[in-house]
Amino acid sequence: MANVVVGHVSKRFGNLKAVSELSFAIDDGEFVVLLGPSGAGKTTTLRLIAGLEHPDEGSIYIGARDVTRDPPGTRDIAFVFQQYSLYPHLSVYDNLAFPLRSPARRVPEQAIRKRVEQTAELLHISKKLNNPVTRLSGGEMQRVAIGRALVRDPAIYLMDEPLSSLDAKLRAELRLELKRIQVELGATILYVTHDQVEAMTMASRIGVIKDGKLLQVGTPRDIYEKPIDSYVAGKLGIPPINFIPAEVIPEVPVPSGTRTVGIRTEHVQLGEMNGAGFVGRVHRVEHLGDQNHVHLEYRDQMLVTLADPHQPLAVGQEVAVKLVGPLYFDAAGRRIAATVH
Amino acid sequence: MAQIRVENLHKSFGQFTAVHGSNFTIENGTFFALLGPSGCGKTTTLRMIAGLELPTSGRILLDAEDVTFRRAAQRDIAFVFQLFALYPHMNVEQNIGFPLKCQGLPRHEVRRQVRETARLLRIENLLSSKTSKLSGGDRQRVALGRAIVRRPKAFLMDEPLGALDAEFRHLMCDELRELHDRIKATTVYVTHDQLEAMSMADRIAVMNAGKVEQIGKPQEVYDRPASMFVADFIGSPPMNFLPFEAALQPGDQAIKIRDVSIAVPEIREQGAAGSLVLGVRPEHVSFSDVALLRGRVFGSEYLGTTQIVTLDMEAGRVKARLPSTAPVKIGETVGVTFKTDCLALFHAKTGWAVRTANYVGTHHG
Repeated sequence: MANVVVGHVSKRFGNLKAVSELSFAIDDGEFVVLLGPSGAGKTTTLRLIAGLEHPDEGSIYIGARDVTRDPPGTRDIAFVFQQYSLYPHLSVYDNLAFPLRSPARRVPEQAIRKRVEQTAELLHISKKLNNPVTRLSGGEMQRVAIGRALVRDPAIYLMDEPLSSLDAKLRAELRLELKRIQVELGATILYVTHDQVEAMTMASRIGVIKDGKLLQVGTPRDIYEKPIDSYVAGKLGIPPINFIPAEVIPEVPVPSGTRTVGIRTEHVQLGEMNGAGFVGRVHRVEHLGDQNHVHLEYRDQMLVTLADPHQPLAVGQEVAVKLVGPLYFDAAGRRIAATVH
Repeated sequence: MAQIRVENLHKSFGQFTAVHGSNFTIENGTFFALLGPSGCGKTTTLRMIAGLELPTSGRILLDAEDVTFRRAAQRDIAFVFQLFALYPHMNVEQNIGFPLKCQGLPRHEVRRQVRETARLLRIENLLSSKTSKLSGGDRQRVALGRAIVRRPKAFLMDEPLGALDAEFRHLMCDELRELHDRIKATTVYVTHDQLEAMSMADRIAVMNAGKVEQIGKPQEVYDRPASMFVADFIGSPPMNFLPFEAALQPGDQAIKIRDVSIAVPEIREQGAAGSLVLGVRPEHVSFSDVALLRGRVFGSEYLGTTQIVTLDMEAGRVKARLPSTAPVKIGETVGVTFKTDCLALFHAKTGWAVRTANYVGTHHG
């Protein structure tokens, strides 16, 4: 494993600036997730590091080596794609062994067997090694695809939304497994996704990317609690953060320069009439089972927050809303770090 | 608007039985979700209500009138399909007005009703737009408009939001439910997405392998699942299951798992013996230093407001939903307690819930 440093990398496709001035580092053993919508430049970034694209400007280092102009085969990376492209005529074992049998590597068959068996164990597919891959479920196929990267010991694993084609339950299971494997192996991973839950739950650090630019890099907790601007604040959190213009809630004290108040569900206390707050009207109660989403209306603004499902809240009812430690944003959408008492 | 009643509805395709004797009544004005995995018979049930399939046996009543063998066109029902099937050569106004035009309504009347519908859907500004120029959401609104414009007795929807991405789907859920609150039309909504069903429906029928396993209000189904299937299908992460062996008597208020006594709601049935399963929702698991039930922290998933902590216990893997402020260390051993009032018990063999003090008044589907 090794660290990766991307320095001031830009890439254009015709008139489109796919990534611009991208700079970040991935430490040895780190799990970095690039989070952004489609078209943000996530996949391009991966392809640049893999050597499948060449940057117009900037440099890429893997370990201490400048690989900016090196061909993909010499970069010592393993790539996992969104669509598990397995060899349909081969067994699980042979699919996993394939990268090690490359003539460029010349690994003895015995060492291959050991490595494949270890990997299969890690992925909980030991019992399926002799099955044809076409007989596997979607989740098992994706495990094999990830396994084909894991049998090698590259400098870095690059993963392009490897879980997005799976159903929700399987995705949740594999999220946990992938994180466990990464910790066990001490693997360095750069993973791109548009799914905030994947980013929050697996990443050592998240990079939020938009229009080819990296907006913020930090631990999930840092980005969730101290987003640099309102765009980043809106990328993380379920239900999403509420943005209410400060002028609509003059009852709430804010630092000077505040244009918008960003309210997450944990910033809201319902029903306590004392303290700085305002009175909202219940517009809708949405059941999630473990919690309710309560939609509150206040002066034509809508505020969605979580509430206990057994707290009696009826549509039309008025409830006091008290804010505790919300986020503040200025006219340009930048977060104001000041706290108010 | 109408009441829909389904009696002993069966449907077989050759050897395969898609629907096994469904019985339910959808009251006038209800938003009713048919929820289940693919292949459970939910779409077949919907298509029989619509008249697109004929049942092998059983009856369908619309406002107490037997429509079982009536053609779809004679049932006064609007069907909204998964895909945004709009007429590409017509503009929005023509698309919405098409069903009325087919009924032979005078032009000014068509116009009036189309405007009224567009107002309900808040798409008045799009009436003269071409459908090919619309965003995904607006196309879906137009498709809805075409369904509601003739004010049918009921709306049948087959995963209408299935093709949308997650964020947008949530937005459309809000809109669909608001639309329902405005026009109060009886709606049957088929989905495999438990969150859609939970967040929109007044009542949910959970289907498994052609059978309705439970019908109830969303919170009721969540809090008191009739079977392990329902408990597992609804909730994210799903309910934790811990298997144990016991011979429980009515009046018992505790069970033993690996010699540790766990308080449960009072047993109210004979025959809760043999292989049983304790069911506990992730939000009803908490940590306590003094608890005898121990687990090792396998992983923690930070979600902002809360975190999901996965524990390896002797009896199996358990997920807990804790505030994200709770300190959790991977690899450490912790004591675990469960919220007694909220626990469920199941027969391992059949999957059905054991009747307890928590389950009074709940019945199987």
